Amino acid sequence: MASASFPDDNRFGLRRQARLPGPLRLDSGAALGPVDIAYETYGRMDADRSNVILICHALTGDQYVASAHPVTGKPGWWWRLVGEGKPVDPARHFIVCANVIGSCMGSSGPASIDPATGEPHAMRFPVITIADMVRAQAMLLDHLGVDRLRAVIGGSMGGMQALSWPTLYPERVESCIVIASTARHSAQNIAFHEVGRQAIMADPNWRGGDYYADGAIPSAGLAVARMAAHITYLSEAGLTEKFGRRLQGRPENPNGSKTFGFDADFQVESYLRHQGLSFVERFDANSYLYITRAMDYYDIAEDHGGSLARAFAASKARFCLISFDTDWLYPTAESRLIVHALNAGGAQASFVELSSPFGHDAFLLECPELNRVVDGFLTGGRA
Amino acid sequence: MTLRPDLALIARTVTPGARVLDVGCGDGALMAALRDAKQVDARGLEIDPRNVAAAVGRGLSVVQGDADTDLATYPEASFDYAILSQTLQTTRRPDRVVEELLRIGRQAFVSFPNFAHWRGRLSLFWGGRMPVTRLLPDTWYDTLNIHHVTVDDFRALVKDRGWTIDGQWFLKGDRETTHANANLFAEHAVFLLRR
Repeated sequence: MASASFPDDNRFGLRRQARLPGPLRLDSGAALGPVDIAYETYGRMDADRSNVILICHALTGDQYVASAHPVTGKPGWWWRLVGEGKPVDPARHFIVCANVIGSCMGSSGPASIDPATGEPHAMRFPVITIADMVRAQAMLLDHLGVDRLRAVIGGSMGGMQALSWPTLYPERVESCIVIASTARHSAQNIAFHEVGRQAIMADPNWRGGDYYADGAIPSAGLAVARMAAHITYLSEAGLTEKFGRRLQGRPENPNGSKTFGFDADFQVESYLRHQGLSFVERFDANSYLYITRAMDYYDIAEDHGGSLARAFAASKARFCLISFDTDWLYPTAESRLIVHALNAGGAQASFVELSSPFGHDAFLLECPELNRVVDGFLTGGRA
Repeated sequence: MTLRPDLALIARTVTPGARVLDVGCGDGALMAALRDAKQVDARGLEIDPRNVAAAVGRGLSVVQGDADTDLATYPEASFDYAILSQTLQTTRRPDRVVEELLRIGRQAFVSFPNFAHWRGRLSLFWGGRMPVTRLLPDTWYDTLNIHHVTVDDFRALVKDRGWTIDGQWFLKGDRETTHANANLFAEHAVFLLRR
């Protein structure tokens, strides 16, 4: 296969950042510019540029989809799906994954420096939406010389972006894979996010978002937000299997015992505290506020006169939706709503509910069926 | 790849380039054959997630769902053919499912094992036991087939609802058999219906 040869093109590769002049018109009416976007690319673009796959990340994800995270040193967050010999394979595909705007891993967000003032934007950063994130991704693809996407793939919030792509840029998307996601945020979803935001804003270190100067960050609030959210990513069966009511072992008592106090007696408490603490080392509290807000505002039907079917009317894309039976954050019924809308519009849609004990997090975990479906969908019809 | 006899018959009859909805499409064998041989735009509905995964792996568009509840989400006359092969007897309300097929498709293929085949009659008559045959291999307590139907029962339903029969085929093993006494001698029936 002929590959376009860009060996010296510094737009491509790992740990890239582009400063795009903008302005990016936002749903709120504000304009953002310049727009910084941090991203990674894997593989090589075909000469006809027909093998481009865009991966969209979830709330606290990042651009390091298939390479080690610079802060935690952990493997890329979707290494099970993206990599050599995996369904999304740099040997066959040119893969792009960008950090969403509003986030804190190098894309423009509350933690980045406002060139107009030389100070962090903090809460002066404009409120953004899922569609705004997608428009910023489109700007990046323009910068990379990519017109059409062979596929856009995302799970959870990444699925929201993937689903928004064919509604905003119908002529640029050939296929769309939406995993463990939804076409709108439910009242329950919004409620959980509000708990997290209130925990952050109640932290005395938050100080209206202006905490960047002295390093005293609202870590307690952010950790609580993460702990609450983390529960929604798991299933009761999964939690019970992993922890049950087992007590936390201590050096003097390896089997654990009740302290009749408020230490982390139960293993599940200790697990959640660890999740919260490790999260504050890699994520910015203000970014958490902005991105959860973007998800809450997300409602594709509302953006198209209340009709989900109408949102996809201009698109010729093939769709593949996947849900997990123990996911109660974005349950199967949410995916079915999208499938029904796609059927009503005569779109080519596939849907499957996979079985997993791991709840919403299943899309990030070992699931051979998930890989089989994604691989089959990507290669299918192109024998 | 050889198709099951009733599917081969349907595949022969479908016109090239048609839009087809295969309800209860299994692993997509018929859809793949129609796509590859006749450039048919085929969509599937299937209840078993493993089958859906297999069909998606073939590059087919298949939605996991239940014929009893999910057909209502497809718009009127959105397909040239709706196909229900060996699934009728597993639905809760076969009459309503066929009604939906005829709403969604201009024509509908319905194929089912004939419960009045002489072998089954002998089993019930002489043995006093529910028949277990090649096409109905499950015992009465673990079968998915909850509405056993005969050729004459189905004809009566068609007449009652005023549907039109555009074609009917009867199978014994992998061979077509005579229309005469189909209710007694056919193991399997395929009907092509129109509203």
